Amino acid sequence: MLNEHDIKALLQRVISRSSGDETEVLFLGLDEALTRFANNEIHQNVAETNFSLVVSVALGKRIGMASTNNLSDAALDQLVERATMLARLQPENPDFPGFAPPVAFPEGRQAFDEATASATPELRAHAVGEVIRYALDRGVVASGAFSTSRYQWAIATSHGLFAWHPLTLAELTIVAMTETGSGYAADAAWQVAQIPVAQHGKIAVDKALASQNPRELAPGDYPVVLEAAAVHDLVAFMGGGANGMNVAEGSSWMSGRQGQALLSPTITLVDDPDAPEHLPIPFDFEGTPRQPLTIIREGVVGDAFYNRQWAAKTGHAATGHGTPPVSPFAPGSAMGRMMFPMHLTLQAGDTSVEQLVSNMERGLYVTRFNYTRPVHPREMVVTGLTRDGTFWIENGEIAYPVKNLRFTQSYVEALQNVAAVGDTLHREPGYASFTRNPALQLTQFRFTGKTEF
Amino acid sequence: MNDLLALALNRAQLLGAAYADVRTLTAREQSVSVRNGVVEGVGELENAGFGVRVLVNDAWGFASSAIVTAKEVERITAEAIAIAKASASYQQRRVYLGPPEVHQAVYRTPVEIDPFTVSIEDKIALLLEADRLMRAEASVKVAQGNLVCLRKHQTFASTEGSTIEQEIFETGGAIMALAIANGEIQRRSYPNVFRDQHAEGWEFIQRLDFVGNAPRIGAEAAALLSAEQCPNQVTTLILDRTQLGLQIHESCGHPTELDRVFGTEAAYAGTSFLTPEKLGVFRYGSEIVNLTADATTPGGLGTFGYDDEGVPAQRVPLVREGLFVGYLSSRETATQLAQLRGEDPSLSRSGGAMRASGWNRIPIIRMTNINLEPGTWELEDLIADTDEGIYMETNKSWSIDNLRLNFLFGTELAYEIKGGKRGKLYKNATYTGMTPEFWGACDAICNANSWGLWGVPNCGKGQPSQTAHAGHGAAPARFRNVRVGVMK
Repeated sequence: MLNEHDIKALLQRVISRSSGDETEVLFLGLDEALTRFANNEIHQNVAETNFSLVVSVALGKRIGMASTNNLSDAALDQLVERATMLARLQPENPDFPGFAPPVAFPEGRQAFDEATASATPELRAHAVGEVIRYALDRGVVASGAFSTSRYQWAIATSHGLFAWHPLTLAELTIVAMTETGSGYAADAAWQVAQIPVAQHGKIAVDKALASQNPRELAPGDYPVVLEAAAVHDLVAFMGGGANGMNVAEGSSWMSGRQGQALLSPTITLVDDPDAPEHLPIPFDFEGTPRQPLTIIREGVVGDAFYNRQWAAKTGHAATGHGTPPVSPFAPGSAMGRMMFPMHLTLQAGDTSVEQLVSNMERGLYVTRFNYTRPVHPREMVVTGLTRDGTFWIENGEIAYPVKNLRFTQSYVEALQNVAAVGDTLHREPGYASFTRNPALQLTQFRFTGKTEF
Repeated sequence: MNDLLALALNRAQLLGAAYADVRTLTAREQSVSVRNGVVEGVGELENAGFGVRVLVNDAWGFASSAIVTAKEVERITAEAIAIAKASASYQQRRVYLGPPEVHQAVYRTPVEIDPFTVSIEDKIALLLEADRLMRAEASVKVAQGNLVCLRKHQTFASTEGSTIEQEIFETGGAIMALAIANGEIQRRSYPNVFRDQHAEGWEFIQRLDFVGNAPRIGAEAAALLSAEQCPNQVTTLILDRTQLGLQIHESCGHPTELDRVFGTEAAYAGTSFLTPEKLGVFRYGSEIVNLTADATTPGGLGTFGYDDEGVPAQRVPLVREGLFVGYLSSRETATQLAQLRGEDPSLSRSGGAMRASGWNRIPIIRMTNINLEPGTWELEDLIADTDEGIYMETNKSWSIDNLRLNFLFGTELAYEIKGGKRGKLYKNATYTGMTPEFWGACDAICNANSWGLWGVPNCGKGQPSQTAHAGHGAAPARFRNVRVGVMK
């Protein structure tokens, strides 16, 4: 594995080969290991060592990009040559703001845990084994995945910027099933020891048993208690919608509404790399320091996030949310410099989950949502299904399990209808990171279809 | 390279593997994207590495690396063995692979024009011209276009004695117009949302004619801004072939994946309502519905010579005259199914659907080309035969439950059909249903004249996640008594 010194030397070798007016080089390295189990046995157990160099060369405002995972001198020459050739062949991009200048990154918390980085297949198998044993003893079928990974991200530009950051990440998902019931638990943290695997296994298995023999419920509008895992979906969609490009173009739920008291005053959504437990990543994939952002403050629509190009185009400051110009580990995926939040937290309230239930006369208790997709971006209308434990609440108590339902609901409206906010933040794995969310009680949620299970 | 393959297989056997295979893969991708008259990205990506899969004590191990050296091959092979041994402690059943698959072969995607030989300037000029034409409509605030070409060179070798070399080409692209006014947003894409992609050369892009279609796409996006909301009602629905491709993907392709059926995707993608006891007896659709997994369809994104277990490409019937008759399978799941059905697992062969998204991923069951066989109708005759209904085109939103039963899909464009003619334009069209009821209500499928392939370059499955490329052939079809217009 390359260290900081090796990577810095490598990036400088690339920059020194470039005859472009400006050059940016990204190093993305990973060692990922994942143990996957199903039917109470481990069925896929994999490991990967991978890295990629992504070089962007600018000739004036013409930018070419090339990527490789071959670090030989000949390959590096070819990489720079190819990016330069691609730059030469294209028209100017008037919106190109230049590559990042040097900047002093604040000394932040570390997010590298040696125990996570060196976790063995045996460690993961042993942890998963505890879940399997608990499930087997109760006649439940457990499935899931437990991963331990280490990453190194580095960036250098011809303006003298160099930044390097190592981090580790452990993630767990468990789905437990009986003939007619299912349960779920998930977690993510940069220290593997922070994930109580067996405890999560117990939650999933116990819920699978509790959700057996569900009754049918007609679609309609119901009050709901959403567990934190279900709230993750609202947070991910609303947080992802704070994209400065979409806001400027008028296609975001935020467009034209910044400063308005649009949502419940109980809702505050931030993207904060310094928030406790989040991965403290000091810079984005363009070399901009990651800034804390308040997307919703007590129901008032707040700030959007911007990469360098859209910051320059709209007269804002870049917020440190830029993505790499390419997804180098997934050949076949299209490219482009995008932006994305990685540190979303919906702030907790002061009501326990038990109280959220006991406060409700009649309504639904939802563990999580599945296969959610936007139907209309402006009002953030989303459709999806409940999954892994849906229950009817009657007179402040969980009365019985119900079959899963399809919902088609505006998430903007949902966050206007907040009755209470849970007092505990849960880490829920998501794309490239995790969110931290409390449970929510909503006065109304629209269910538009039903399933057979 | 073959020395390294042999080294991996020898080491695996020495360390106790009952079976092992190794794949090396070099992928080259070139992409161009434009947005509102500006070139957003032009890039080339190269990625190479290898993956070793081993079977030890009835447990699988897989490890992979981007460092292609003899020393790293030895390290990764040992890691795969260690992983398999760790897994074996929690293995409850024996793994059978069926009859050996021994092939010495070379396969190459047939291409007329190598897409990498077309100049970057020509690719940019094509997209910028389409972009300009879409923005001729004042309300089109965002125009986008993208082109992608991909070449993958893969060598597979196994301890059973196979050595298979494949070179796969893919070419794809799309244009998109987003019209925005007064808080309303409407999108039109051509030829499909994200893009359409084929296992072909540049000739595919030439056929798409972006420039010729751009004015229509811009105009349709603009017209949708003032269109009526799709009514919420139960009616007759005609789907164009691209939306029908998505319907096939979600409600036939995924539920026939045998790994889902056996629960190994339960925690992520889900399971399937098409459980083994339904095989050969369950009515999936009406008698005119015939669905086939065909890895040999020319130009399909699920077309190859051999899958990533070294099994030859095949045509596998999934639904025949409405009856559910087949699965997408791997060597291991084919034997599991045989055991369940009381058949001899040592004779049972895979349908050839094991595919990995790269050298760094273990193969899992993926769609090949899942095709709806053509029917007998001309599209205009079908519309003329429909008194009242809705025609929907181009996917906009898709969601289906984890057993693949309850779905809700949205499309970019919809027209009223009244008295056998297309009527007014509708926006925000959606339709919803349950898979067997929906396919059971299919009473007409158009003929080969309007049958075409669509390539899906973004099918997600697996942990760690794998993005697969699959194909779908379909012609427009009619479905009775469908709930449409579900919105918030």
